[in-house]
Amino acid sequence: MLLDGKIPPGNLSDKWSKAKFDMKLVSPANKRKYKVIVVGSGLAGASAAATLAELGYNVACFCFQDSPRRAHSIAAQGGINAAKNYQGDGDSVYRLFYDTIKGGDFRSREANVHRLAEVSVNIIDQAVAQGVPFARDYGGLLANRSFGGAQVSRTFYAKGQTGQQLLLGAYSSLSRQISKGAVNMFTRSEILDLVIHEDQAKGIVVRDLISGKMTVHYADAVVLATGGYGNVFFLSTNAAGCNVTASFRAYKKGAGFANPCFTQIHPTCIPVSGHFQSKLTLMSESLRNDGRVWVPKKKGDKRPAKEIAEDERDYYLERKYPSFGNLAPRDIASRSAKEACDAGLGVGDSGLGVYLDFSSAIERLGEQAIKERYGNLFHMYEKITNENPYKVPMRIYPAVHYTMGGLWVDYHLQTTTPGLFAIGEANFSDHGANRLGASALMQGLADGYFVLPYTIGQFLADQRPLSQSETGELEKSGQDTCQKVENKLNKLINIKGKKSPLQFHKELGEIMWDKCGMERDKKGLSTAIEDIGSLREEFWQNLNVTGSKESFNQQLEKAGRVADFLEFGELMCRDAKEREESCGGHFRTEHQTEDGEAKRNDKDFSHVSVWQSQDEKAPLCHKEKLVFENVKLVTRSYK
Amino acid sequence: MRFTLFIWRQSNKEEKGRFKKYQVDDISSSMSFLEMLDLLNEQLINKNEDPVTFDHDCREGICGSCSLVINGVAHGPERGTTACQLHMRSFKDGETIHIEPWRAKSFPINKDLSTNRRSFDSIIQSGGFISINSGSVPDANSTPIPKTIADKAMDAAACIGCGACAAACKNSSAMLFVAAKVSQLSSLPQGKAEADKRVLKMISTHDKEGFGSCTNTGACEAVCPKEISIGHIAKLNREFIRAAFKSDLNL
Amino acid sequence: MLWLKRILFSSVGCKLVVALTGLGLVGFLVAHLAGNFLVFVGPEAINDYARQLRKFPLILWILRLGLISIFFIHIAFTIRLTRLNKISNPQKYAVPSRELSSFASRSMILSGLTVLSFVLYHLAHLTFRLTNPLFEQLGEYDVYAMLLISFQNPIIVCFYILSVCLLMVHLSHGISSSFQTFGIKHLKYNKIVENSSIALSIFLALGFSSIPISIFLGLIQ
Repeated sequence: MLLDGKIPPGNLSDKWSKAKFDMKLVSPANKRKYKVIVVGSGLAGASAAATLAELGYNVACFCFQDSPRRAHSIAAQGGINAAKNYQGDGDSVYRLFYDTIKGGDFRSREANVHRLAEVSVNIIDQAVAQGVPFARDYGGLLANRSFGGAQVSRTFYAKGQTGQQLLLGAYSSLSRQISKGAVNMFTRSEILDLVIHEDQAKGIVVRDLISGKMTVHYADAVVLATGGYGNVFFLSTNAAGCNVTASFRAYKKGAGFANPCFTQIHPTCIPVSGHFQSKLTLMSESLRNDGRVWVPKKKGDKRPAKEIAEDERDYYLERKYPSFGNLAPRDIASRSAKEACDAGLGVGDSGLGVYLDFSSAIERLGEQAIKERYGNLFHMYEKITNENPYKVPMRIYPAVHYTMGGLWVDYHLQTTTPGLFAIGEANFSDHGANRLGASALMQGLADGYFVLPYTIGQFLADQRPLSQSETGELEKSGQDTCQKVENKLNKLINIKGKKSPLQFHKELGEIMWDKCGMERDKKGLSTAIEDIGSLREEFWQNLNVTGSKESFNQQLEKAGRVADFLEFGELMCRDAKEREESCGGHFRTEHQTEDGEAKRNDKDFSHVSVWQSQDEKAPLCHKEKLVFENVKLVTRSYK
Repeated sequence: MRFTLFIWRQSNKEEKGRFKKYQVDDISSSMSFLEMLDLLNEQLINKNEDPVTFDHDCREGICGSCSLVINGVAHGPERGTTACQLHMRSFKDGETIHIEPWRAKSFPINKDLSTNRRSFDSIIQSGGFISINSGSVPDANSTPIPKTIADKAMDAAACIGCGACAAACKNSSAMLFVAAKVSQLSSLPQGKAEADKRVLKMISTHDKEGFGSCTNTGACEAVCPKEISIGHIAKLNREFIRAAFKSDLNL
Repeated sequence: MLWLKRILFSSVGCKLVVALTGLGLVGFLVAHLAGNFLVFVGPEAINDYARQLRKFPLILWILRLGLISIFFIHIAFTIRLTRLNKISNPQKYAVPSRELSSFASRSMILSGLTVLSFVLYHLAHLTFRLTNPLFEQLGEYDVYAMLLISFQNPIIVCFYILSVCLLMVHLSHGISSSFQTFGIKHLKYNKIVENSSIALSIFLALGFSSIPISIFLGLIQ
């Protein structure tokens, strides 16, 4: 597998301008002859579909939800970073670039990250022009808040609903193009496979979730904006429908999958309350601006929080990381919480929780100010836990939130399969081994509005449009792929075993969380690979999918997704096992310093691990060496 | 806790539906309403019966997928809450609970409790946007917007497009949904340029999609999970009058 | 004029027409009540008022036609709205919803229909004088006597009071609702609009029912 990053030569800060200038263009009159399929309608998908249509391409966009507005980007709460330096606190494109590289524990590509930081400023302009009601100061200018892993205030926000507002902005642009007929929108349509013809991505196989009808759609390029795979852990902050199917099918069809083991565990989620739990709810990281994290100093201290005196509390983040304190990056904050709970200091019935306390902020700023900043989050917390966070400290615990790994892409966001692009969380590119808060929205929109619309032209310019080609052979291979998918669905339905797809998903999730979660070790990972293997075997013998394939069948949808998770989970464990170092969200217990901090191994692992599927054999691991010309690799320190 | 459930079952758009009675036991009070339905579905699958189809995705009250009418109230008994954020502690042990889909001509039923809300997308497509292309925009801080106005726009923009407003309305009017978008965009300076066109188009599509008209009962506001005020409908009406009688545009 | 038709027949336009005509009718009610109060001044005053009204039949009929058309338009557009709304909402919920909206707002059609039947009776009763053979023996303009005769009958008194009460319910929602429809509501004075709307409806109801009650109780003779 050839891993050519296609990184433009020259100075870091000139690379993107130069690349844009050097790129081939498709003339306006020719653009409409090219059809582009965009799968997914979240921040990346909706913004890409809208922008490509604005440019004149013929776009088809697919989502499994009943409306493109419901993609899971909508749930992002805290904010979006941009190097605007509106606060005059020393921010710059370079600082955002550096923070992101460092936050990612030096496992991302310099050129990609710098480009991200460059276009971040355009995103804010774009969103404001769309009518996104960002928070403002009394003078009428945009307000900022600070976020984990940064010492400047560069995060723009719209209450605790920033993802929603940005997605609705992209959705409105997409809607405008749909009304013009420039985008053909397919809702409740799930992609089940890719059509690869003559080694190029030329289409997708789609199931209409209401009628069960299968169709094949052809295009000159396919863009996957299908999000992350956090649901492999079953319990995560992802939406119930989030899945790995599209990326995994691409991987099975030959695209390289990069760093699957890089998973982000978010430190501030509401703890699990029982075995019936179906999802975990995130409390925005922005809460750590004003909330202080602590546990009792005494083991097993079950007194109510307010009875525990100040000197009996351990504000462990402030103690261990005095310069960043409660705003330490996510991976560090998460692991510290786990350490505290493992040491028996956890709070709540399950002992799996730490306090996030607002009492000193309320004392300092007043309840009203806190309400204005986090009102809806407090409301949400109270709804779920039946506790009033203005009076009792919140209880939080880490949960799977984001996946930095994804389909390998070059500088042009093209995967190893020509014609197949991956954007947003679905690709691996910008966050290395750990993503900083408020950077996911930034990356999704950067890819969709400002990167892909340029880079896709470079690819299409060399293609003869399908609309002007003989497609007989292509359609034959499309029908062939479609038939294979149908066979698989029939197989799922005809097992007629005893266990529901949900049960298998839960069991897989338990294995993943125990063995491939916040801490991993070689032995555990080996066991996990075996366990997943036997679970998968059981799945194909004992699955029970009710109903038929020719109707609205949520069990069949779920079964298909779980089937892919069952294979993908193994790949994650393999990757985690292969990476003999601790970096970012990937913490191998064998590789830590004496005081329990992650120990990176730059000599052997300063690379992207790219996995190539092989039919019957174990997958192959290729390496893309990461070259750092501008930053010096240092041990991350937030102390 | 235990509950007797009456759930609307309907196998597709055409078929006639009916209520079916189910019994669920061993329900924890900290379970969410949808987790209770998950549990019921697991029981049904074990008996090889068809599980209940219902829409859900984020399960944290923001995606707008969930759409259940619980004991006659869209999203259930708690104010400012979606069905997915509702917990069983809001019900009494042994209670009988009726669960129905949204009912409105413009929300045809797909199956059981799942409805088709494409009409909402059509309304947005007809004008719920500001016509700018990616990239060709001024600096974000070039137009200061008073905080009060930005906050008001945010209140309207909080709409999650779930459809509870139209589902709760005795006229199946989606005026609150239309108003939220019109009010958000017309309060902001960047949305004023096409405010007239927007309100006329969106109202026209609202009517064409078969939604009823607003008779100011306020039921929409009472069930809106984001507690969007019908004051925005007043603003919508004002915008409509201005566009209809003062601008050069026609409906 | 096609544009006007399109606007008036849209969902918001229909409401505008209903609200506008509704406010017109409220105006009529206020004027009507002011005239009626003359009954407290004495037989001469009210009979003279009636006589003056009929002195210029042309003007009277223009006003009457205006009033009738406003009334008719109010009803016609309401029928249209109701019909369309029924089509929009073909199936009700099995469980009646917990009260999410005021009784007045939900029962506009019911209260409106009762008021309509009252208006028909009221016209037959006092304008066309068809309900009581005794009226024919009276002098042409003896409104005072007609009232005195009619409101001895407890059934008529009760019907009048009931109707006026329903009118009050109708107006308590209708008046403030028309402000909403015209888009001249605002958080700052919403409460003022709502409360004055209710106050005006109560005032009208008390005012109108004061006459049959006073006569029935013998306060006016």
